[in-house]
Amino acid sequence: MSAVMRSRTVAWPRRLVHVVLIALALVFLVLFLLLPLATVFVEAFRQGVAPYLEAIKQPEALSAIKLTLLVAVIAVPLNLVFGVAAAWAITRFEFPGKALLGAFIDLPFSVSPVVSGLVYVLLFGAQGWFGPWLDDHGIKIIFAVPGLVLATIFVTLPFVARELIPLMQAQGSEEEEAARVLGASGWQMFFRVTLPNIRWALLYGVLLCNARAMGEFGAVSVVSGHIRGLTTTMPLEVEMRYNEYEYVGAFAIASLLALLALLTLALKSLLEWRYGDEIAAHAPGGH
Amino acid sequence: MKKSILVLLAAIGVLLTAAVAAKDVSLLNVSYDPTRELYRQINTAFAAQWKAQHGDSVTIQMSHGGSGKQARSVVDGLPADVVTLALAYDIDAIADRGLLAKDWQKKLPNNATPYTSTIVFLVRKGNPKGIKDWGDLVRAGVQVVTPNPKSSGGARWNFLAAWGYALKQPGGSDATAKAYVKELFKHVPVLDTGARGATNTFVQRGIGDVLIAWENEALLAQRQLGNNAFEIVVPSITIVAEPPVAVVDSNVDKHGTRAVAQAYVEFLYSPQGQEIAAKNFYRPRSPELAARYASQFPATHTFTLSDLFGDWRQAQAKFFNDGGIFDQLGVGS
Amino acid sequence: MRRRVLPGFGISLGYALAYLGLIVLLPLAALAWKASGIGVEGLLRLLSSPRTLAALRLSVVGAVVAALVNAVIGLLVGWVLVRYRFPGRRLFDALVDLPFALPTAVAGIALTTLYAPNGWLGQWLEPLGIKVAYTPLGVFVAMVFVGFPFVVRTLQPVLASLERDVEEAAESLGAQRWQTFFRVILPMLAPALLTGFALALARAVGEYGSVIFIAGNIPMRSEIAPLLIVQKLEQFDYAGAAALGVAMLAISFALLVLVSLLQRWSHRWQERSL
Repeated sequence: MSAVMRSRTVAWPRRLVHVVLIALALVFLVLFLLLPLATVFVEAFRQGVAPYLEAIKQPEALSAIKLTLLVAVIAVPLNLVFGVAAAWAITRFEFPGKALLGAFIDLPFSVSPVVSGLVYVLLFGAQGWFGPWLDDHGIKIIFAVPGLVLATIFVTLPFVARELIPLMQAQGSEEEEAARVLGASGWQMFFRVTLPNIRWALLYGVLLCNARAMGEFGAVSVVSGHIRGLTTTMPLEVEMRYNEYEYVGAFAIASLLALLALLTLALKSLLEWRYGDEIAAHAPGGH
Repeated sequence: MKKSILVLLAAIGVLLTAAVAAKDVSLLNVSYDPTRELYRQINTAFAAQWKAQHGDSVTIQMSHGGSGKQARSVVDGLPADVVTLALAYDIDAIADRGLLAKDWQKKLPNNATPYTSTIVFLVRKGNPKGIKDWGDLVRAGVQVVTPNPKSSGGARWNFLAAWGYALKQPGGSDATAKAYVKELFKHVPVLDTGARGATNTFVQRGIGDVLIAWENEALLAQRQLGNNAFEIVVPSITIVAEPPVAVVDSNVDKHGTRAVAQAYVEFLYSPQGQEIAAKNFYRPRSPELAARYASQFPATHTFTLSDLFGDWRQAQAKFFNDGGIFDQLGVGS
Repeated sequence: MRRRVLPGFGISLGYALAYLGLIVLLPLAALAWKASGIGVEGLLRLLSSPRTLAALRLSVVGAVVAALVNAVIGLLVGWVLVRYRFPGRRLFDALVDLPFALPTAVAGIALTTLYAPNGWLGQWLEPLGIKVAYTPLGVFVAMVFVGFPFVVRTLQPVLASLERDVEEAAESLGAQRWQTFFRVILPMLAPALLTGFALALARAVGEYGSVIFIAGNIPMRSEIAPLLIVQKLEQFDYAGAAALGVAMLAISFALLVLVSLLQRWSHRWQERSL
């Protein structure tokens, strides 16, 4: 009732303020976010559809796409399990050093991507701590898929945990305790009570984690070795083509990554639209 | 707790099994940025020749990037059988880590440089600023694009070419050369990290009046990006840029690929290899091919690195290491 | 009491610690160990060189200013998206996450294409004497871009859960709209705003992929700290690169701690005032 009253009694100066604020926000969003996105597609199709398809069909592009998917398929589930475990420990138990653990989870956010790649070179590179041992045993980590996966895991590690911790904190543990008291086993409790309560936040965390995993450039560039068709992910392929004056090719692959970004956003919006009430009901009161 | 360790071990196991790559009769050539087209053609031709002579098929993997970064990757364990980089210093750095013999430059003809290039200027159509020689680059209102010598091999050749020009002027000395180069870098609005970045800045973004570039880069850019938008200006004197090649001893021994790797680098000196190099705008060493492609490569006065600067280790230490002459120029401040 | 009821403390904490240790702490230990190779004196010399200082200043000051701008614009955008209804709202809401999802290299190339003197935006700014691409301003633009979603996304749930009763009560007591905003709403938003600010800041300090394309990379002027790290590596100076990495990590960690202290303080202040 009050909402109806309010909207009817909104005076014109205030309505003007609304319009100005909306206009300001939209101008910013268009200039800052929409234009760069549009640039990618305009450049990709600058010479028409045929060169675009040609660029994407090259075997090097296809192997980059496959590699990017492979890395994400390994890295994201590992970070998902970690995020759930860390959030469970932090929000359901009291233990010394809890705040420190929380800070460590955020640490990768404050490490420059260049450094995130460098640390693995220092560990597993030929001159690194484990380099000689790995070399003797014929195990390749740096300049191979495992190095790409490790660097990606490092960079995307906080996403799932960050989504879950505030939510689970806000939810409290009453329902889970009740389930236990009523005789549920640990896994039963987890799958029937905890997981349904956190699924949307979990999915959102996974989506962001995945988007970043597929798009990571700085860290992956350091550990990749840039072997065409073997260790080149899509963002690296974009850079290489850009450096080879294949602008259409570079932006074509970039447009695939942008499409992926859009798909992520669409999925997320769909979730919010479909289950908006449910998500809102569990929305944390701030992080 | 025990379970969690098991889960962890399983995760590591998954990572490690993915690491054991399939064995293949293949070579890895670690090269720098502008050689993609060149080695694509070389690789096809060499594979055909090797198959005809030995009956084995050989695949050549390529890795391209900034020369210094590529050398570091090899040092850190990128399993290159062959390195084909922008300057000898980068291969020296690999040799310093014991991956190949220190005298690698003596193992192939011409200081292990199968093809050369020079440093030239790329200007906009019609040469609106009337750029003819190095001296014109420091005129008021002229903007020069060149990458950062600290991170780009090509930029180091540019730097030494400019230095050599100033040194060879009447009354030229280290002091006058330093003054000239200092003035030159005041005209540089963007220092890209690599040669390719600099070309993109000049060509795509419309920044600057002159791009200092490898001749092969300038010719390639002209071909790739349309003949009409740019012109090449050859200065009165310039440096012979020598991008060397080498077999990485310890890697080929480990992979058992020495014979094919050696044949591969020698192929670069063969008439067929030399012709492919010339077609990709590198100046061939072979006199016959140089004569045949003479129209493509305008004659100019040149000097080599060893004429003026000794070897690359000395040049690197004097000019480009931390605290060296480039740092003393106070670029940007 | 809880501990007895809820299971999985050992396994979840054990797994989290082991994973964190292997993926994050062990590598960072290697970084610190490598950095220690240049010694205290070497570190001081490195950090006090004018070029390093200039690069660190650009990275840190640029990131702080970018995060401040993001806090203001993020507040505006978050407010508009939560409070007002207008056509296309969902679309714009989805767009906010774009910088999260768009690969940094792609963002860098796209921003450079836009803001270069011959780009869509650059050609309008150039006659006004505003140069964005290849200047410190370009670095700043890229930093705002990568950090933008953090503020909006941390503010939105809080804005949605703000109870209108409080605002209405304040207004019925005769408070002006702007008084309500600054005295009632802003304090309630402060903790989330600070979180968003901190995340945007941390992201921008270390940003490489998108900045590198649009920065002019001129020493002392438009060269960012991560680029210095890359250059050290090109010269095989692993210890120097690691030391710079540790220094950057220390700076951004210190900034994060500072923000979380601010946050705690604002939380307490808020609780006391309500």
